[in-house]
Amino acid sequence: MLNTEPNLTAPDDIYEALVAVHRDLAPEQSHLVNAKLILLLANHIGDEGVLRAAIAKARQGITPSGKDNTVRAVI
Amino acid sequence: MSAIDYQAQTFTYRRSPDQDAATPARHPVVIVGAGPVGLAAAIDLAQRGTPVVLLDDDDKLSSGSRAICFAKRTLEVADRLGVGDHMVAKGVTWNVGKVFLREAPLYTFDLLPEGGHQRPAFINLQQYYVEGYLLDRARELPILSIRWKSKVTGLVQLTDTVRLDVETPGGNYQLDCDYVVAADGGRSAVRRLMGLESKGQTFQDRFLIADVKMTADFPAERWFWFNPPFHPNQSVLLHQQPDNVWRIDFQLGWDADPVAERQPERVLPRVRALLGTHAKFELEWVSIYTFSCLRMDKFRHGRVLFAGDSAHVVSPFGARGANSGIQDADNLSWKLHLVVSGQAPDSLLDSYDVERVAAADENILNSTRSTDFITPKNEASRAFRDAALELARDCPFARKFVNSGRLSLPTTYVASPLNTPDTDTFACSLVLGASAADAPVNVDSHPSYFLKHTGPGFTLVRFSDDTPSVPNISVAASYRTIWVVQPGSTCCPATEDVIIEDEQGLLRQRYDATPGTVYLLRPDQHIAARFRTFDPIKINAAVARAMGKP
Repeated sequence: MLNTEPNLTAPDDIYEALVAVHRDLAPEQSHLVNAKLILLLANHIGDEGVLRAAIAKARQGITPSGKDNTVRAVI
Repeated sequence: MSAIDYQAQTFTYRRSPDQDAATPARHPVVIVGAGPVGLAAAIDLAQRGTPVVLLDDDDKLSSGSRAICFAKRTLEVADRLGVGDHMVAKGVTWNVGKVFLREAPLYTFDLLPEGGHQRPAFINLQQYYVEGYLLDRARELPILSIRWKSKVTGLVQLTDTVRLDVETPGGNYQLDCDYVVAADGGRSAVRRLMGLESKGQTFQDRFLIADVKMTADFPAERWFWFNPPFHPNQSVLLHQQPDNVWRIDFQLGWDADPVAERQPERVLPRVRALLGTHAKFELEWVSIYTFSCLRMDKFRHGRVLFAGDSAHVVSPFGARGANSGIQDADNLSWKLHLVVSGQAPDSLLDSYDVERVAAADENILNSTRSTDFITPKNEASRAFRDAALELARDCPFARKFVNSGRLSLPTTYVASPLNTPDTDTFACSLVLGASAADAPVNVDSHPSYFLKHTGPGFTLVRFSDDTPSVPNISVAASYRTIWVVQPGSTCCPATEDVIIEDEQGLLRQRYDATPGTVYLLRPDQHIAARFRTFDPIKINAAVARAMGKP
């Protein structure tokens, strides 16, 4: 189960580290760092149920205002 | 055989006596489309004894190499059809793939890490050779009639008949049949005539597929580059084919001009960038593709059965197009044979739809994931892709995310209504509904392979308990028995049975067999039932269930 209760001994330190890692990076470099971080943590957590709950929680309440390049096709 | 230029062959239209019949001639099965799927289904049906009319609107085989990767399962089917040895002798055998990021190797995978299989994970072979070998085999079968330049222009389903309008250079005629197999490709005329659709998604990207003739010292492996220096920001795939032909796929991006990119002055510099400026080569074939994943809602529409690209289309990453089409033919032919010969109810054909729709979904899922990895759809998917690639260098876990194609494996019919659910426990990786695993065996003191001895109908594989008291049971005609015994066994099965010596014990290991274990294999070599002990009542019930009998 996804733990949404406080679980870090020094939350301010970790928050600062998550922000600091992006210092002086261009937006696409930041995207890359975040993506690496997510993949590393996902593998470390390993529990598919926890990961799916976290994915859903992260997306919750966001109404899409963009679009991807999926093109429906019929022949 | 390899001296034949199958691409250059043309086949003569011959007037069929059916064209002069007062009323439409009736045939059990008409197959539309003499590509690899239509030819495979036609041969399979005819070998089983069902007469087949095979119609093709053209008079040639495949032009261009097209499908080139033929998987182990396809080779096993080809063995049953009598063309496996030709394909393997001509094809380039490979088991290993390498993935590169920029100029450096990222990781290597082996698709057949264990020994003891007759066929390799893959061979590469131009589609026209496969079609040529199948056609040569088809022509040996007197109850298989191939009609070139015969285009289906109309199709009506009557109560117990399908009536086809056929257009030929010698005039139009009508044909009646019990069943139609529509193996007429992605742009299926039969599908259009019936007002049916194939739906899905198109990927916004373009790929240049170039076949290059040259002598080169690349190994016979699948090489895939992400962002190589010779083709920056895109991917490249390299494969070896017979006759010193190399297949190179260059990802071009959605903005590439599909007409201009096909011109030699655009293609040659791309190839030289990979091979070096002094490389000597000739262009054999060039094509530009945009990929789609599509399928029909159902593959059975009354008496019309769709197989291969007419029913489902995938992007090529994973070699799941022709290989899944051959598996469609493999799945359908024995069922159609049993139905038209009155041995099984028509409802058996519903299982074709259930099993192969599930297979198509599996292939589309895998091919879509690969294509999404290779062609990211938005900034976030590109970031994850690049992150996985960068991490893969020193983090083994990230290599599992890198997806340059999940290569075709036979579909396991886990949820098939034809399976008799396991009541005994088996600890092997082989599950109910899987295609039977091969293993080296001895037959009549000669080294051989297990799969060769199965079929053509249902096969009961009995692992002997190796006591001379094995009862000499002569079984019902609905299946054949293969006995798996220890070398030098003196047990005494019925004379029509096959006796196999499992000298290396690999068969027992792969099937988690104990003395007395029995496996029931369908005519397409998929596992329909298995038990720890032989009970003729249970076996007969399992055979009936696998034949779709209530």
